[in-house]
This record gives sequence, C-alpha cells and structure tokens, in this order.
Amino acid sequence: MPSIWQILDFPAVKWLFLVLALVMPLASLLTWAERRQSAMMQDRLGPNRANIGPIKLKGILHFVADALKMIFKEDFIPANVHKGLFALAPVLALAPVLIAFAIIPFGPTIYPHHALTVLHPGELAIDPNAPAFADAIRLQIFSVDYGLIFYFAVLTLANYGGTIAGWASYNKWALLGGLRSSSQMMSYEVAMGLSLMGAFLVTGTLEPGAIVEHGASASLPAANPFNWLWLWQPVGLVLFFTAAIAETKRAPFDIPEGEPEIIGYFVEYSGIRWGMFFLAEFIEIVFISAVIASVFFGGWQVPFLDADGFRISSLGWALYLPHIVVVLLQFGAFGLKVVLLCMFQLLIRWTLPRFRADQLMNLGWKLLLPLSLANIMVTALIKLIFMGS
Amino acid sequence: MSAAHHEEETVTEGPKVLATRGRVRTVQVVRPNPHDTSFLAATATGLGITLKHFARNLFLPLRSAKSRAKAGAPVDESWKNEIETVQYPDEKVTYPERFRGLHRLTLREDGAVRCVACMCCPTVCPAHCITIVPEESNSKSIEKRPAIFEIDELRCVVCGLCVEACPCDAIRMDTGVHAHPVEDRADAIENRESLLGRGVRSIAHQGGEGPDWRATAAEKSPSGDVNR
Repeated sequence: MPSIWQILDFPAVKWLFLVLALVMPLASLLTWAERRQSAMMQDRLGPNRANIGPIKLKGILHFVADALKMIFKEDFIPANVHKGLFALAPVLALAPVLIAFAIIPFGPTIYPHHALTVLHPGELAIDPNAPAFADAIRLQIFSVDYGLIFYFAVLTLANYGGTIAGWASYNKWALLGGLRSSSQMMSYEVAMGLSLMGAFLVTGTLEPGAIVEHGASASLPAANPFNWLWLWQPVGLVLFFTAAIAETKRAPFDIPEGEPEIIGYFVEYSGIRWGMFFLAEFIEIVFISAVIASVFFGGWQVPFLDADGFRISSLGWALYLPHIVVVLLQFGAFGLKVVLLCMFQLLIRWTLPRFRADQLMNLGWKLLLPLSLANIMVTALIKLIFMGS
Repeated sequence: MSAAHHEEETVTEGPKVLATRGRVRTVQVVRPNPHDTSFLAATATGLGITLKHFARNLFLPLRSAKSRAKAGAPVDESWKNEIETVQYPDEKVTYPERFRGLHRLTLREDGAVRCVACMCCPTVCPAHCITIVPEESNSKSIEKRPAIFEIDELRCVVCGLCVEACPCDAIRMDTGVHAHPVEDRADAIENRESLLGRGVRSIAHQGGEGPDWRATAAEKSPSGDVNR
C-alpha cells in the first residue's frame, strides 16, 4: 500500500494536479484576460459584466460563460466531411500540448517530512537517503535527459491537428488554411530548435529541470538572476520567443487562422470542437511561457532564495525559512513568471499587425535561421575560448 | 523631346533604370535592408505605446461617470485613465436637448387633445407612418379632432417633420424616450391614448387669443414658460 506521498508522486496524479487543475484554468482565464487586456490597450473596458448573482470579479466569470456556451452549442458537422478525421483533428491539436507539459519543472522537489524545518542544502548532500528526505515529490512530471527534444517532437504533432482539420473539412479555404499552417510550422520549427541550441551549449543539458536547478554557470548560485540564461543568451531568447509565437499561430503570425478576414483551417468547426482548437492555442501560450520561464528566466527560482532561505552572500545577510515556505515562494514565482510572460504575449498579439506570407517566410528563413546559426557559432566560440572545453 | 522619353521621366516608382539599350533595360533593384525587415525597432516602439495605454488604464481609476457620459465633456481629470466606455444600463449618455424621441400628443388647458386633425403631419411624413381619422369636435371654436391617431414607430424615420409641420404644437418628439422593444409588430403602433399618455398641457397660442397671447400665457403658466 503506497503512502499518500508516494501516490502524489505518480506521474498521472501530478499531471492531474499540475496540468488539469492549474494549467487548464489558467489557459481558460487567458481567454478572458486577452479580451480585457486588449480592450484596455485600446482604451476600452472589455468584458466586465458576467456575474453569478452579485459575484462579478471584474468579469472573470466570462470564461465560465464561454465554456458553457461552447459546450451547449450545436455540434454541427457539415456534409461530406471525413467524419473520423474531422473528429480526430481537435484532439490532435489539444492532446500534444497537454502532453508536452510533462517536461516543465513547476517547482522544486518537495520533501514532505522536512516541511516545517529549515532545509540546509548541505544536509541533502551528506545523506540523501536520510528518512527526512524520503517520499520526495518532484514537481516535474517527466524528467528525462532529452527534455526539450521531447517538447519539440510532441508539439510538432499538434501541427497535424490543424492540417488534418483543414483536409477533413471538405472546404477548400480550410484546406488552404491547413497548408498555410503546415508551411509556417515547417519554417519556424527549424529556427525554434536552433535558437535553443545556444542554451544547451551554455548549460550542457537539455533537461529544463536541470537548467533551472543549476543555471548557466556553476560559479554562481542558481538563484542569482545573473545566472539565468536571459543574460547569457539574449539573442537566443529573442529568436526563440519569435519562433515560439509563430508556433502558437497567433498574430502577428496568424496567417493559418486569420480570424477576422482570411479563412483558417477550423472554419467548419463549431461548438466545443472549435473550443478545443481555441483552448489548445491558449494552452500553447501558457506552455511557451513556461518553457521560456524555465530556460531563460530561472523557472521556479526566486532571486536570492536558496533552499534554506534568502541569502545575499556579498552582504553576509541571510533569512532562514522553513522548507514549506520556500517551496510555496518558488512555486508562486514560477506562476508569476508564466503569467507575466503570457501577458507579454498578449501585448505582442494586440500590438503588431499580421505579417504577409512573404514577410513571414523572409523573417523565418532569411533572418531567424541565419541568426540562430550565428548564435550557436558565437556561443560555441566563446565557450571554447573562455571556458576551455 | 520624344513621347517615349517623356513617359520614362514621369515614372517615379519602381526600380531605377541604369541603362537602356534597345528593348533591354538594366535596372537597379533596391532590396529592403535587414534593419527594416526584422521589424525590431518598430516592434519595440509599438509595444511601448500599447504598454503605456494598458498600464495607464489598468492602474489609474476610471474618470467620473459624468464626464464620460456626456459627449464632448472636457477631460479635466488628468490623473485618470483614458477609457471612454459608458456602461450603458448603469450609466446613460445625456442626450442633447433637441434629441428626437418617441412622439407624444399635447393637451389643451381643459385636458382635451390639442390636435385639430388638420392632416399636415401625415401629409408631410416621408414614411407615411401617421394615420389620422378626424371626427367632429364638440367645441364651438374648433372644427375637428382626431378619432384615431396612430403612429407606426417601426416605419417612423424619426425625421421630426411632423413636429415642424404641426401648426398648433399638438405633436412633439421631446420625450427623450427610445422606441420600446416589442415582440409583435402590432405593439409598435402608438395609438391616440398612448400618445396622449405621455402628453403635457401645451399653452402655446392657438387661434383667437389675440396678439398679446404671450403675456396672458405667461400669467397662466406656473413656471412662466410660455412654450409649455
């Protein structure tokens, strides 16, 4: 009979708590946040009226109303569609994003028996098998060496969702939208993968959990913001961010969908099937933010917060905190970073106009790709010259 | 100067022609430089503008409902956000004084309908939405009154010509009320009773009161307003 801690450490249970209970609501909230934020950027109020009785919460409940509306809307399937693929496409769009979250480190390892006491890092190094460290819960569902490669591989599958949706819809505009989607993914995935190569060279690992735990350089503590990769890979950050936004198929890279004017691949979808595409897009935003936060902004690290508390060694100042407080702070820091990055993506989406197809290809192949290659070369050279190996 | 040469000179756009030999033209193609095609500088500027608006509208309080709800109100509260939205059912825009709302029929001093069924308004109405059936009036000084007075608010184009045409201030559009939403087309037709229900007593001059009517009217009116 496994203990409660061991049950909590099962991947399926962690997935239930972290992805279904945290990420899905966050993504649904983003559907409201996007409309409200875009409204405020344009000097409007945005949706602020949905309420349950007197509970209004500035309109946050709009996402509940949206979900209910989509679930109860007619599920209309046009004539002549390929029924099997038509039903499969939204699942193919949604499932990979939910799977890819497995590699995200949501927080530090929790030692439940150590919760109320101060956890000194040295203690763990001396005897990791001590009873106080038993039943550790790792806040990462799937911790493997090829972490980010797994993400690239899985998220590429999401692209099939769009393409198959376009093909199965028996609508030429949907088909063209699907083709635009796949051509865009093809162009940007190259640059996206290559732009992270510099980060791999600096940290020597592909595992986001390890990147967060160790930072860029072994000489600095991982909680020091200067040890996070935004400082060591600024070009890689900009390139990856650009390519990742293209991957989410949102403005300025929204030519596959083109909500208002050019018709996209899910033109024939309605109700909750369309809602699945929509949700997949927003979960992808959260996912991209989580990846960028983990790789470039120290993931769950809080500046100057070590496992035993805040410490600024140059000032000789330290504030010791119990393990559970540290865990909560770090978990909250990760959430805050993800939310801020999501808001930044919304800001970009509501600032820039859509690229033309040729501008899109020019940017992808002629600018992002050479720059990411140059980034790899320069990073490798610097590492060879200054670090010797 | 030949015609062909002249044409070439007027072309201001497109690639620059370096040399022309027969039908072969050597042109210089100007490619956009990477600084422009990377959109980096422009993106940063744009993000700055939208972020400024977002932050201002997020952190600063709304301007007062009064200054938002009135068109053209001066914006005097600078430490407020820039949102202009009027939250309609809770706040309402103040309409201009001459806003044309739902019609009404005015009354005489004694409470009878002021309309004399002269048929000016249905004649001038461009939408033909006014129906009047006159009948004999029992007053000695007034010949006719409307037995039926109907306005189809669905047909009405709210032009206000009926008010302009009325010789005796009997029909007005100064209620400030919008046409009500109805579930049946028949419900949109205003009849004599509903029009009179919104009515006020008009003490405007009407026949036989002499040139000094304004002075006597001002005396009669409690507010001294001769137009009411």
